[in-house]
Amino acid sequence: MANHGYFDVGYMDTLAAGDSPLHRIDPRVKLITTVVFIATVVSFNKYTVTGLIPFFSFPIILIILGGIPSGYILKKVLLISPFAILVGIFNPVFDRSVVYHIGSIGISGGWVSFISILLRFALTVTSALVLVALTGFNSVCLALEKFGVPKPFIVQLLFLYRYMFVLAEELGHMIRARAVRSFSGRAIHFKAFASIIGHLLLRTLDRAERVYRAMCCRGFDGRIRIMRSLRIGFKDVIFAVTWIMLFVSFRFWNIPVKLGELVTRIFT
Amino acid sequence: MHMADALISPAVGGTMWAASAGLIAYSSKKVSEAADGRKVPLMGVLGAFIFAAQMINFSIPATGSSGHLGGGVILSILLGPFAAFLTMASVLIVQALFFADGGLLALGCNIFNLGFFPCFVAYPLIYKTIVKDDPTQAKIAIGSFLSAVIALQLGAFGVVLETVFSGISELPFNTFVLLMQPIHLAIGVVEGLVTAAVVTFVWKARPEILDAAVSSKPIGRVDIKKVLVGLLIAAAVTGGALSWFASGNPDGLEWAMFKTSGREELASREKVHASLAGLQEKTAFLPDYGFKKGEHEAPPAEDAKPQYPAVDTGTSVSGIVGAALTLLIAVSIGWALRKRNVAS
Repeated sequence: MANHGYFDVGYMDTLAAGDSPLHRIDPRVKLITTVVFIATVVSFNKYTVTGLIPFFSFPIILIILGGIPSGYILKKVLLISPFAILVGIFNPVFDRSVVYHIGSIGISGGWVSFISILLRFALTVTSALVLVALTGFNSVCLALEKFGVPKPFIVQLLFLYRYMFVLAEELGHMIRARAVRSFSGRAIHFKAFASIIGHLLLRTLDRAERVYRAMCCRGFDGRIRIMRSLRIGFKDVIFAVTWIMLFVSFRFWNIPVKLGELVTRIFT
Repeated sequence: MHMADALISPAVGGTMWAASAGLIAYSSKKVSEAADGRKVPLMGVLGAFIFAAQMINFSIPATGSSGHLGGGVILSILLGPFAAFLTMASVLIVQALFFADGGLLALGCNIFNLGFFPCFVAYPLIYKTIVKDDPTQAKIAIGSFLSAVIALQLGAFGVVLETVFSGISELPFNTFVLLMQPIHLAIGVVEGLVTAAVVTFVWKARPEILDAAVSSKPIGRVDIKKVLVGLLIAAAVTGGALSWFASGNPDGLEWAMFKTSGREELASREKVHASLAGLQEKTAFLPDYGFKKGEHEAPPAEDAKPQYPAVDTGTSVSGIVGAALTLLIAVSIGWALRKRNVAS
């Protein structure tokens, strides 16, 4: 059954319901900071490795301060890593020029850029997951609305999120019904799959009709009003300004190299 | 086939964001102009349906692999292109945020690849042309099958272009195309069969649903002429930009020719690659940035690479030591702050 994926989604909301200074930061501020973070990370040239390391401080500090279980985030990152690895693994094949030697072993540019891809991947994925885990989907939508994303689209996002769980459960019932009537471990045959999905689609359409009528009963006039206000306070400004300044300095000064030089100089 | 943030450059990510945001704004306008209250919950619940349907796999006969349902074409058939595009975009946003399936910066690429092509190209040009206004079972089946296959091919080609333009992956254009298109043809055939099976299932069980979708002209129609003109302009701009970089950046070209084995037949593919490399150099944020020149310059490599982004060879001993220390500091700052918070 594929339901664990959905419980995961619910778990993200459980995390977002927590209360820490980070949870209380305005969702707009968190969204902007995360976007700046991702844009800065991907703006490095493809051979950057050490320059990316300081950026880990952003997700790490947020995870620790926000009380998010790091194992959970790590598991999610590993789960979806195959695509980046699959495309990245060709770099060592195509880029064989040796750019660096450790002792007598030459390291090709391809391996350097492959490692760079993996670091980028880890950074961007964790920061996006941390954003949702600290903010919650509804607040992210609210922030998007304040940024001027068209209303119909916001309504669509909120609706989708609400009914995702309902339909997943419905599908779960259907899959279980099939499973108890067939031999264990058999993958779903194409014909059965088409019919299950078709039935689910019919049920979905009926549900949409029922939802629409229920909404009409409650005075729905084609528009959805979102009632909640956001306020950006002093702490929010500090949060954004501090992080963005850090990102910029990480971008222009390679701190690990500086630090390493300093340390190795002391010991030699 | 979701694009990841790690593989795209800010320029490509930003451009695709702009394109997708524009399409979302335009579609939103169209949907709210239609002012069909019934569509509001229908879109939301169908989005959730696509989501759920993508969670289960079926076995592909005679192979060990499995496939799942792609959403764009079914949504277009049931909702019309504009509402379908919004629904698809919302599904991709939730996937990006909760499953980290495709990154935030790559979201624009993903919405374009998986939303634009099925809703605004495959559906109006293929499905509508085949089915016209009098649906029969055969027409619906063929139309939805072909639309799904072609939409996926275009989407896969989008992934290739975006990846190659970004220049983070070393995969040359030709190789990547030869890798992606056949794989996605296989996936597309399976997806097409499922799409056709599901749509004909609905047609057999409740024909009035598809009839209504056809006759009500669901929320606006895509002007085929506009789509074609748009694609033509995009092609012209891309082609123009490419040739400009190819001639304007001989260094990048030479570099790329030099770097590979130097065989003649590779020249044409390298031309594309080099021009893209040149593009990346142009768009990269401070491409030649080097931290204190000379201190950690690349040791003389077999092929010097003039003008190309200098390799960050901070991976010397000091680099490794420094990286480890930086991580350690980040973790300890986090713990220290947490301790303070708990104490206060």
